[in-house]
Amino acid sequence: MGITTQDQFLTAHAHSVQALLLSGTHPVTSDTLRLLPSPGLIVTTSAGLNHIDLPECQRRGISIAGAGNLYSEDLADLAVGLLIDVLRKISVADRYIRRQLWPSKGEFPLGFKLRGKQVGIVGLGSIGLEVAKRLEAFGCNILYNSRRKKPSIQYPYYSNILELAKNSDVLIICCELTEQTRHMINKEVLLALGKEGVIINVGHSAVIDEQEMMGCLMRGEIGGAGLDVFEKEPDVPKQLFALDNVVLSPHRAAHSQETILALRDLVVGNFEAFFSNKPLLTPVIMNQLF
Amino acid sequence: MKSIGVLMTCHMDSYLEQELEKRFNLLRFWTATEKSTFLATHKNSIRAVVGNAFGGADAELIESLPKLEIVASFSVGLDKIDLAKCKEKGIRVTNTPDVLTDDVADLSIGLMLAVLRKLCESDRYVRSDKWKKGDYTLTTKFTGKTVGIIGLGRIGMAVAKRAEAFSCPIHYYSRTEKPETKYKYYPSVVELAANCDILVVACSLTEETRHIIDREVIDALGRKGVLINVGRGRHVDEPELVSALVECRLGGAGLDVFEHEPEVPEELFGLDNVVLLPHVGTGTVETRQAMADLVIGNLEAHFQKKPLLTPVV
Repeated sequence: MGITTQDQFLTAHAHSVQALLLSGTHPVTSDTLRLLPSPGLIVTTSAGLNHIDLPECQRRGISIAGAGNLYSEDLADLAVGLLIDVLRKISVADRYIRRQLWPSKGEFPLGFKLRGKQVGIVGLGSIGLEVAKRLEAFGCNILYNSRRKKPSIQYPYYSNILELAKNSDVLIICCELTEQTRHMINKEVLLALGKEGVIINVGHSAVIDEQEMMGCLMRGEIGGAGLDVFEKEPDVPKQLFALDNVVLSPHRAAHSQETILALRDLVVGNFEAFFSNKPLLTPVIMNQLF
Repeated sequence: MKSIGVLMTCHMDSYLEQELEKRFNLLRFWTATEKSTFLATHKNSIRAVVGNAFGGADAELIESLPKLEIVASFSVGLDKIDLAKCKEKGIRVTNTPDVLTDDVADLSIGLMLAVLRKLCESDRYVRSDKWKKGDYTLTTKFTGKTVGIIGLGRIGMAVAKRAEAFSCPIHYYSRTEKPETKYKYYPSVVELAANCDILVVACSLTEETRHIIDREVIDALGRKGVLINVGRGRHVDEPELVSALVECRLGGAGLDVFEHEPEVPEELFGLDNVVLLPHVGTGTVETRQAMADLVIGNLEAHFQKKPLLTPVV
């Protein structure tokens, strides 16, 4: 027995495979798809779809069942949690107490209010809308950038990410990773956000140019960051560890126990639907994507 | 007004000190080596006391200041002021309501998210490089959890409004039922605790509400329940709370206040289901300035014989 490569494994079993179950970590390319003579279904547990060759799937008539809106509430909760943590220094304060600094050092530095903050949401899909709904209750003013303006939405729309950043105190990344959004948050955008600006990322790490963001944080060119995702997870740039104006989360924004149980039910439900010729529970509609 | 003596009970805010110093003869009580001598020396010039959640004006202090006319608190809570004594002697009392409501409510939700989603613990996990060894555990979802609020005043209502945006059903206990809200009323704290996932203390501290969170309430809240305290440390029977957390009889706690600040029970430091804050409920630049402006505004109004801005007594 040796270790089979992925290709050898697929070749050996391909004729009996009818469906693929994926997480977001391994790309499914047209090569993989070609090895499988009759996959009809891909079920992915990831929030995003950038690991799947979508045009190839469409060409071959392969259905895709995604996670739908399953993660949106957890992701929105965590985005808000990270923002409050950064502005009010919750994690810093908790460390302060556990290191027994309160009795000796006394006064803890002040944070910043949420009410009145201009919050720019990057990507107003289901996650972005959940974030907006929550932050409105704190008195934040919501702005957004998205592929297209949404006619039913009252929040001010900025077609240009730089203009959004100039008009925001906070940027919250809630969008998919695509060719257009890769490194969309670059140095120019970060500088426009400004030295009191805060960036929160619960989306895909590659939407932000991580190197530039690191530089801006180190030089005080932006005010702070709350990050659930990093370009080379689980390797996180060590320079971040010394900063008190960043809050770090190990890519768990979407992972509450309740959601994982719901995910299991959703995955099983989608397979059952497919194999009994019923409509998928959470089909990815191809023509909405490109 | 530069001859008017204003006694500041403890160090509370640099901007406030600076502004008081510009207008009055500011006397910093915490710097006195011998407090009774200090009072004896200055008693005839002190016409105002500026206090806060740590140091107010008790009967003893009031009695030792014969020229005292007004106590302006740098807080909304009045538990450190002997209100009855002030009324008896015709001493005015002011506080800082409304300006701090948002901050305390924001922090309450922040604590709920931090406890349930383990924000501080997972930040520690990343910073200690443990992520390379394995993924962090699953945490508890916040959206949809039932939030029970003790005290539906300004702060309680602000907490409710925010929690509703997370689809949290709101239950509450208050001295009187508030039928104009659509929230579910419980006639006792124990019943409220038994019927919510997260219990928030948002009422003022009085004789009646001291230790309102006792063993019975903690047991009713239970193994999966979470307590959030942004009120006063003395709202909670702290030794009971600590043992419930250590013995896993309570699911978790987010605490901004403690019975003997700045002392925090050390048994809590090893727990991953608690978040501990150094009384920063009103701790933003904007709010502390607004609070300070109210203190100054009230003092100026009093000494200029104009109506007080936010009188209590």
